Amino acid sequence: MQELTQRLTGAFGISGYEDEVRAVIREEIAGLVDELHIDAMGNLVTLRRGTGGGRRVMLAAHMDEIGAMVTYIDEQGFMRFAPVGGLYPSICLGQQVQFADGTVGSIGLDGRADRNQAPKLTDLFIDVGAGARGEVKQKPGDPAVFRQRFAAQGNAWFAPNMDDRIGCVVLIQLLRELKGKDIAHDIYGVFTTQEEVGLRGAMTSAYAVNPDVAIALDVTLTGDTPHATPAMEVYMGHGTAIKVQDAGMIGHVGLNRLLVAAAEASQVLYQMEVLTGGSTDARAMQVAREGVPASAVSVPSRYVHSPSQIVDRRDVEASVALLRSLLRGPIQL
Amino acid sequence: MADLRAVLEKLSNEFGVSGRERAVRALVKNEIEGLVDRLTVDALGNLITYKAGDGPEPRLRVMLSAHMDEVGFMITKVEKNGLLRFAGVGGPDQRTLLGKRVVIGDERLPGIIGAPPPHLLSRDQLNRIVPIEEMAIDIGATGDKEAGGKVKVGDYATFATRFSVLSDDPAFPTVRGKAFDDRVGCTVLIGLLAEHYPVDIVGLFSVQEEVGLRGARVAAYRTEPDAAIALEGNTCDDTPRLPDEETSPVTRVGDGPAITIMDRSFFTHPGMLRLFRETAAAEGIPIQYRAPGFGGTDTGAIHLSRAGVPSIQAGIPCRYIHGPASILNMNDLTNTVRLAGAALRRINRGYLTREN
Repeated sequence: MQELTQRLTGAFGISGYEDEVRAVIREEIAGLVDELHIDAMGNLVTLRRGTGGGRRVMLAAHMDEIGAMVTYIDEQGFMRFAPVGGLYPSICLGQQVQFADGTVGSIGLDGRADRNQAPKLTDLFIDVGAGARGEVKQKPGDPAVFRQRFAAQGNAWFAPNMDDRIGCVVLIQLLRELKGKDIAHDIYGVFTTQEEVGLRGAMTSAYAVNPDVAIALDVTLTGDTPHATPAMEVYMGHGTAIKVQDAGMIGHVGLNRLLVAAAEASQVLYQMEVLTGGSTDARAMQVAREGVPASAVSVPSRYVHSPSQIVDRRDVEASVALLRSLLRGPIQL
Repeated sequence: MADLRAVLEKLSNEFGVSGRERAVRALVKNEIEGLVDRLTVDALGNLITYKAGDGPEPRLRVMLSAHMDEVGFMITKVEKNGLLRFAGVGGPDQRTLLGKRVVIGDERLPGIIGAPPPHLLSRDQLNRIVPIEEMAIDIGATGDKEAGGKVKVGDYATFATRFSVLSDDPAFPTVRGKAFDDRVGCTVLIGLLAEHYPVDIVGLFSVQEEVGLRGARVAAYRTEPDAAIALEGNTCDDTPRLPDEETSPVTRVGDGPAITIMDRSFFTHPGMLRLFRETAAAEGIPIQYRAPGFGGTDTGAIHLSRAGVPSIQAGIPCRYIHGPASILNMNDLTNTVRLAGAALRRINRGYLTREN
């Protein structure tokens, strides 16, 4: 699983440009699903057919990550940029980014900015080490992500895009572990696009799949760093997180009861997650068509939307184990 | 295409604030008579038109969309002294409002957005941007009785600006008017409906774009297009600015149709982007790319309809949108008609799929 995580976190996949991640996932899931197609939004929609008598279960993990898009290149070759998803200027300062072709850039601060204040995105620029506009290969409209670097240290895995490559890892690992097993349910594993800019891929794929039950596989924040604000009872290394509520949705009560029962039946370490900001693909799936019972299974991650995200390998394993346990039994809501 | 300027003139002068688009709809209906096979008006007020293609079946169904509504105002209170308080509808630029002429309601009652005379203001008062809640429309009434007889709370108002031609120079023919966002898109769409295409066309004149893409959302659901091309009056800021300001214009007047790559509401489908790039190159039509990250339009709703719709937006740069008067270049308008028309002749299923 570490190798898979390293491979997925090394693929380029900003919102709207998930092609490289999708290509990697297609290779990884070859032979694990019965059907596969790519829809208008670029979602990779797969079906693992059940043995019958089960439900249509949609599991969604998003392929995209946040980043920047070049808006303007000045005479000296410095590039101004727009955010793609929740890109925080205070976190950008001093970071390195990379473009789809591998070009690396540093983020610098306009000298006119007030250094006693948090910078605004308009104070920042990307520097690819060019001396003039003519030396820059990039064009306005080219996207960039935080420079990709994976590291494993004990149980901790580091990467700038754990949100949500780790959800993709959970979904792929689940499909691997289900190989050859009899499962009644039709499992629609959907690797979605454009989550970070408004859950857009999940919206259209949930309409097409028309599931009976939907679960988003994503990361969540933690409350275990010094004076973490807002306070939150989710801890890294303390198990998978079952979504009670976030800023965009309330986890389906019956589905959550099933998830808790599944965790306890298989002695999977879990925690209940109440997140005060942000949401996941579950929000879009929940309101698809006439409504879908939906929740999220999250891997706790420190420093989400920064280049320094950390997850705990054991929480990733617990997420897979929870889903495996859930899918083994009937899903009656 | 010379008469498209006359169409734009009529559309620009017409009254159609979000939620009250019926006069624009009537005008559009009149202009497209005989150009479409059938049309319908839905529950929200969208004018949806259908035009069968002449290519072999099965034919693609391509939506062309432009919104009929414009930003404006709604009367919220009639004061004792006869002045009318109002709210913005769809984000009019409040920096541009004081002293402007407006018309109110279906009767087009004239009024002025009043301001205290500068002689009576301190320097601080003069330098401050007056919030819309502090402004009032003056219709010259002596009190609330007289004003209330002419205007009711809930009446709409919009700018009184009349269309005019600024330059006939064929190299840079400019016109001025209100509501170019998005009457220019409606004009392009009318121009496109005058021709025949191999694909089936759903021509959508949508409502309530300025208040949240509402009309396009339900119209896309109803018509289930295979692909969509939105026609918009785009933000344009190519006018003089501080010399060391490190931003480029979002678009430039006269540089051709502006293609969106990303805005706050959508990413252009890569196949549709390829279609427009190839079409522009083949036809020798100049295009520009709208700087990423600003604004959101009907495409944001259309591309998420049902299981998703490959979509693109072609815009006509308009200076000073959401203000009392905009300026655009007629060459950008006619080039957008040419570009979208040629794309409709070129499009096939190959452009609607992704490579991996």
